[in-house]
Amino acid sequence: MPYLDYAASAPLRAGALAAMLPLLERPAANPSSQHAQGRAARAAVETAREQVAALVGAAPPEVVFTSGGTEADNLAVKGAVLARPPGGRHLVCSAVEHHAVLDAAAWAEADAGAQVDLAPVDRFGRVDRDRLAGLLRPGRTALVAVMAANNEVGTGQPVAAVAELAHAAGAVVLCDAVQAAGLPGVDMAADGIDLLALASHKLGGPTGVGALVVRPGTSLRPLLHGGGQERGVRSGTLPAAAIAGFGAAAAAALTDRRSGAAAALAALRSRLLTGLRAVAPDLEVNGDPDPAGTGLPGLLSARLPGRRAEDLLLLLDRHGVACSAGSACASGAVTPSHVLVAMGRDPVQARETIRFSLGHASTQADVDAAVAAVAQALEVLARAPVAQGARR
Amino acid sequence: MTNQVLVAMSGGVDSSVAAALAVEAGWDVTGVHLKLADTPGHLQVQGKGCCTLADAEDARRVADTLGIPFYVWDMAEEFQRAVVDDFAAEYAGGRTPNPCARCNEQVKVVGLLARARALGFDALATGHYARVEDGRLYRGADAAKDQSYVLYMLGPAELARLRLPLGRLTKPEVRATAARLGLRTAAKPESYDVCFVPDGDTAGWLERRLGHRPGDVVDGAGRVLGHHRGAYRYTVGQRRGLGVTAPTPRYVLRVEPAAGRVVVGDRAELAIGAVHLERATATDGHGLRPGRAKVRLRAHGAEVGCQVAPVDDRVRLDLDEPVDAVAPGQAGVLYDGDLVLGGGTVAATEPK
Repeated sequence: MPYLDYAASAPLRAGALAAMLPLLERPAANPSSQHAQGRAARAAVETAREQVAALVGAAPPEVVFTSGGTEADNLAVKGAVLARPPGGRHLVCSAVEHHAVLDAAAWAEADAGAQVDLAPVDRFGRVDRDRLAGLLRPGRTALVAVMAANNEVGTGQPVAAVAELAHAAGAVVLCDAVQAAGLPGVDMAADGIDLLALASHKLGGPTGVGALVVRPGTSLRPLLHGGGQERGVRSGTLPAAAIAGFGAAAAAALTDRRSGAAAALAALRSRLLTGLRAVAPDLEVNGDPDPAGTGLPGLLSARLPGRRAEDLLLLLDRHGVACSAGSACASGAVTPSHVLVAMGRDPVQARETIRFSLGHASTQADVDAAVAAVAQALEVLARAPVAQGARR
Repeated sequence: MTNQVLVAMSGGVDSSVAAALAVEAGWDVTGVHLKLADTPGHLQVQGKGCCTLADAEDARRVADTLGIPFYVWDMAEEFQRAVVDDFAAEYAGGRTPNPCARCNEQVKVVGLLARARALGFDALATGHYARVEDGRLYRGADAAKDQSYVLYMLGPAELARLRLPLGRLTKPEVRATAARLGLRTAAKPESYDVCFVPDGDTAGWLERRLGHRPGDVVDGAGRVLGHHRGAYRYTVGQRRGLGVTAPTPRYVLRVEPAAGRVVVGDRAELAIGAVHLERATATDGHGLRPGRAKVRLRAHGAEVGCQVAPVDDRVRLDLDEPVDAVAPGQAGVLYDGDLVLGGGTVAATEPK
């Protein structure tokens, strides 16, 4: 079945499964335990820590394992806010950040005396550097959050330039690299990132594990207290098997990056776009028209005017093609994406957007099957002029 | 017969069983839950109203149990515009709306059916207690649960594509079926309230939307007997909350929103001898015909015989015996035995 929803969750890589299995089958082992089994689990965790650090240009001790990207973003935002005195709790977030950042910032505003400003983006979803600069309050801005590349439209952000501005104002930089860590990749040192959020399953590792990479000297208050694991920043018994899978996925993602996977994915995306344009000439691409370089090479956000994303998803699902609409609420309904709205789309246009995302196991056959399914879906919708009227 | 069927699944026991019976009938079933309200989670009251997150989860688990594809569609905008805003506007206009009929007409049945057809489905199935046979609409077998009243506006085009698997079942049979199939909604309580007024305080809900609109409570001769905070708080036949002391009980006879007046009188004055329906439709698509019928003027009210006299899309009904307290805005539904002939919205009434 053609899977084009890597941005939601990537299939588990064979290497990740292979790394996990021995740890799942072995007798119980807490990586903190002082016995042979514990040491073996600890060794697996530390190997993974090195693999994750290598993926993002960090040193292994900077990696703090979490339960996933959401926890990493929450720890970064809340931890950085709480580490500052009440007068210095100003936050600047790009308007297209993931809800894990935006809602954590909203919490900080409601419950921790923070002030939050959202930095606007242009019609491609790229942060406007000058306007972001105007929002900074030197000495009082605690944190600036700018993601590496957007999960809904794939647009890359000028992270290094923003980091320079943020550091000049005395703020730390959070970069949510949940989507971009594999491709196109990020480099903490080169980009001047202080806090970097990662999720294992977007790289082809298991769900339930992620990391916040913390540059030394960055003040952070822990949110989870207990056994003092992860240098006291994040208590909780480390899930050794999941972390080993995460590490293996990170290593594989790095290998992919170095062997030209971005170009291969970009070619697949281009094939997809060409195919879709042939069956839907009115298709509009959301985001950076040329994502090569800083954006997500395998992501295509497309608006099909006059067709509801919900309807398209159902028809594609019927053909076994998995993709997604921009975002879903708790009930599972498709809601107008805040990203598309920030880019200037109106809510109706935002609801006409579907996202295809390709990754490590994607093939031409997947892409061609998706194009064929879209063609059939559009045919079904075109046969029913009734619905256009009922939709108003 | 083709059998790709979309089932509207609210998360209640009725639509759960409707979906289960659709699967048992061998149809190719897809479940859809309509998100009709944007109530934030922390404001939702468990077990109250409908369309809560818990309802969506219940519907999803039932779909899992049945092994059918399941989707949640956000129709909150349509619901807000067609049902919620209309509900407030009707009360503001001195009428007493039936939001369930309105919802079926605009969103749940007619609207959803059009969307199902657009997606290539052959039919829509719902958990209403009513029957469709040979393209005509009939009362459900369970007299106490019969919902044909809120479906009167369907025409032949809709009825040809609507399947009502619960039509021949009683509520206890539906619950027993749910239990037999292990559906988690088997013992779920009924929701009786207007779903978007979860605390049941319609007057308070209207006041928040419409604000204070103070005016007078008067008798038939125009004498001021008291004052009120908003005419929309009153419905024809209402006795409580009038703030009027009189030797015999007073009842609301009329609501005059333009003048801000609520007219009250004796119980005897509530008796209605004739009703005018507007936006009248017939389930056979040919319009209502002059003659004899029975009319129901409230969801679970009694039926009375009447003489039907159509004039274009308006209909005059002369009632065989007087009916108390009929409010403009309510639905009037015409029956011939169990067959639903059609109906309309009460536009005006004439006293006996």
